[in-house]
Amino acid sequence: MKGAAWVFGDDISTDHIAPGRLFHLRSDLPELAKHVLEDADPEFASKVQPGDFVVGGRNFGLGSSREHAPTIIKLAGVGAVLAESFARIFYRNAINVGLPVVQVDTSGIETGDKLEVDLGTGTVRNLTRGTELHFDKLPPVMTSILRAGGLVPYVRKHGDLTL
Amino acid sequence: MAGNTLAERIIGKAAGRNVAAGEFVIAAVDVCLLQDGTGPLAIRQLKELDMVRAAHPERTVLFLDHAAPSPRKELSNDHMLMRWFARQTGAVLSEVGEGICHQVINESYTRPWDVVIGADSHTCTAGALGAFGTGMGSTDVAVGIALGKTWLRVPQTLRVEVEGALPPAVSAKDVILTTIGRIGADGATYLALEFGGSTVDAMPMADRLTLSNMAVEAGAKAGLIAADDTARSFMAAHGREKEYQPIAPDPDAEYAEVLEVSAADLVPVVSCPHTVDNVRPVTEVEGTPIQQVMIGSCTNGRLADIEVAASMLRGRKRHPDTRVVVYPASARVYREAADAGYLADLVEAGALIMPPGCGCCVGVHGGVLGDGEACLATTNRNFKGRMGNPEGFVYLASPATAAATALAGHIADPRKLKVKA
Repeated sequence: MKGAAWVFGDDISTDHIAPGRLFHLRSDLPELAKHVLEDADPEFASKVQPGDFVVGGRNFGLGSSREHAPTIIKLAGVGAVLAESFARIFYRNAINVGLPVVQVDTSGIETGDKLEVDLGTGTVRNLTRGTELHFDKLPPVMTSILRAGGLVPYVRKHGDLTL
Repeated sequence: MAGNTLAERIIGKAAGRNVAAGEFVIAAVDVCLLQDGTGPLAIRQLKELDMVRAAHPERTVLFLDHAAPSPRKELSNDHMLMRWFARQTGAVLSEVGEGICHQVINESYTRPWDVVIGADSHTCTAGALGAFGTGMGSTDVAVGIALGKTWLRVPQTLRVEVEGALPPAVSAKDVILTTIGRIGADGATYLALEFGGSTVDAMPMADRLTLSNMAVEAGAKAGLIAADDTARSFMAAHGREKEYQPIAPDPDAEYAEVLEVSAADLVPVVSCPHTVDNVRPVTEVEGTPIQQVMIGSCTNGRLADIEVAASMLRGRKRHPDTRVVVYPASARVYREAADAGYLADLVEAGALIMPPGCGCCVGVHGGVLGDGEACLATTNRNFKGRMGNPEGFVYLASPATAAATALAGHIADPRKLKVKA
């Protein structure tokens, strides 16, 4: 995956990503996706290009269990979310909706940097700065779910939940 | 071999074998919860899977609480979908006005030793009854409903040991906000919190629910408390004494860390915008103008919370520049607060009594802030935009601090207010 980085700070909450005032759009995800991350950067949704990366700092996705948050990041065309650390529920939800999440030191990345992310080898290459970062692989159960494209396709394929 | 924490004991039972922190398991699920913000997506996922069914319909509960009553046609349609799913599967529907999911689920469904999964991050509230309650997304809970199981990584545990007597006007809310301020909003990510010590042992269930409710605000997966005679009495009061079973951690349980909190040293605190771990003593922010006070929510909307507010507002008037909205956590709380005269006291003081539900806490309706306005709320989150407007400011505090603030029109120290009999 190759794309440009959109850098956000620490503590990006699910309210930044999918605010409560748009609660009524939760059953219209394409419409909700037009507002993705609006309370962190009002222009992000109109500027992001397919394949770009959302780059956070610490505790990305903290707050509510709303799966709509990773879903609309994915619907906006984002290839993966990179962050120094993730809140637990967001991380699990992202995998369940088939949105790759990469826990890596993001401190050297700036908005506009061209990144190449390889989930297979666990590598982030910053093509703009000529640097390379490595990240740990997901636990096997999460790898299986992500490979299937998310939890719905996983359960459809297996008819069950196994480790 | 070391003994087991509460998390290890409960997940071990659900997995059918002894487990230790770090292991991945398939766990049987006892109670599943959906609410109107997350339920429609869960139901659509089950439709897509052709799995419109519930493994345990009598312990699958759908709550209409976040937009109750519905302020918009889109949300009314979401409610219709939830009612349809309940009819199709035999799952339980908790209608508009019956209360907030975390109050009702623990009044009526959660048992000690249960695994409770809910498509709401504050499902950790169930930890107060010695149950492993954890928040997940819609699809995880949908699969849990249909298959009766989920996968879990057994968490390590951070034990919070609170000792001693709380000073006057210092409450469980101050204990948990202080704890989050100390460890940070990600201080317990991937961990379970376990609360204990003489202060917690002496706490009534209302206060324990407040502690467990906010475990997720430190990033925790669960916020567990041993189930003892206090839990038994709470369940008995709700006609469920037969479902009570005690649970405690093993004395030689192994903890990732133990955090000691001295109750006597605590003061009323306020969590300031826009992160929950931005916690200051009330004396540091005293005088900050407040346009709205919100008393209620799954954190502090129980009878004891409303009693505290009523006792402080009785015979007084809210400040003319500060409106007050009160959200009882359930229909039962609403009725009991009415019977005890607390609602009348609050109305006399100028407060508005709202229907049991989440209301403005999640920014949907019933107290959305204007640009630049500040609300002091007894709720659990103060993120930017949380109360329906990214230009608003939310401060979190106890019911006592909220009541003192309602009278003063600015953030006020509840220790300075005399309570009228």
